[in-house]
Amino acid sequence: MSDSQGPIWEVFVQKKSGQPFVHCGSLHAFDKEMALQNARDLYTRRNEGMALWVVPSAAITASSPEDMGSFFEPANDKVYRHPTFYQIPDAIGHM
Amino acid sequence: MTSQEILFTYTLRLADNALVLGQRLSEWTGHGPFLEEDLALTNIALDTFGTATSLLEYAAKVEDKGRDADAIAYRRNEREFCNILLVEQANGDYAKTILRQVFVDAFNILLYTELSKSKDETLAGIAQKAIKEVTYHYRHTSSWVIRFGDGTEESHNKIQDALNELWRFTGEMFEMDEIEETLAKQGIAIDAKAFQAKWEKQIDELLTKATLKKPETVFMQTGGRKGLHTEHLGFMLSEMQTLPRMLPDAKW
Repeated sequence: MSDSQGPIWEVFVQKKSGQPFVHCGSLHAFDKEMALQNARDLYTRRNEGMALWVVPSAAITASSPEDMGSFFEPANDKVYRHPTFYQIPDAIGHM
Repeated sequence: MTSQEILFTYTLRLADNALVLGQRLSEWTGHGPFLEEDLALTNIALDTFGTATSLLEYAAKVEDKGRDADAIAYRRNEREFCNILLVEQANGDYAKTILRQVFVDAFNILLYTELSKSKDETLAGIAQKAIKEVTYHYRHTSSWVIRFGDGTEESHNKIQDALNELWRFTGEMFEMDEIEETLAKQGIAIDAKAFQAKWEKQIDELLTKATLKKPETVFMQTGGRKGLHTEHLGFMLSEMQTLPRMLPDAKW
């Protein structure tokens, strides 16, 4: 079935200008023009956003679950990397 | 005819074109060639119904005889419908549906662009909202026409067959009778003849890109505005109107 529908693309939606693009799903399409239109039809029906990215799934390199330990656990016990020890004067407001 | 009746008739024609086309497109629900395309076409159907609803509501208001939009949509018989014949044609295969749609989309872009300048504020407002929708529709359908035409031998043959069959219905879009001439002079209705050449040029370019050949000069079918329809409309209406007619007092 997937042969006759084209490769899979991952879709990212940006809710508002300036905000990050968020992954919202995938679709089948034969080329980027069709992928973009399908993404608009499938993933922006309910005002989800104002901009779209479509990326062929094959272009995405993902970390594997086996690597989770060595990739991410070492950061758990390194509190000094978080900038929480500074006193920020009230006048500066939100940082 | 009073000026009120003239405006009602014109609005009804626009409404019926959208209503019948919306109904035809929605027949594809769940039957699209694949998921993404099923949603794309039903989205187009919903947009079309949206425009139809606005136009039907305005027609009911202009007529001022106590009918609401539902009554106008569901309680009329074939001879009272004034849509063009192109939109009532059976869907056929996907190539035929897409080709019919691209003819209408290209026309609608021109129609609604002009209508958005109408002296009738309601029609202008409806047109303004529709422009963005039909711009997207045309983008979708025109890219499919090129894919079909310049695709495989099978897809090319299917859309060429569709072109041979549907071309004879395209002339009717540009007809102007007394009602439309009168309203056009008042700046309310659009003058379809004025942009016919533009539409032909745009479609010619598209068909060339799609490596398709227009049929030789052919008699353009007509009659919709007078309620003289093809054999297809009756069947479509009986399906569309069955529920309200079966349960006339139902409310929701």
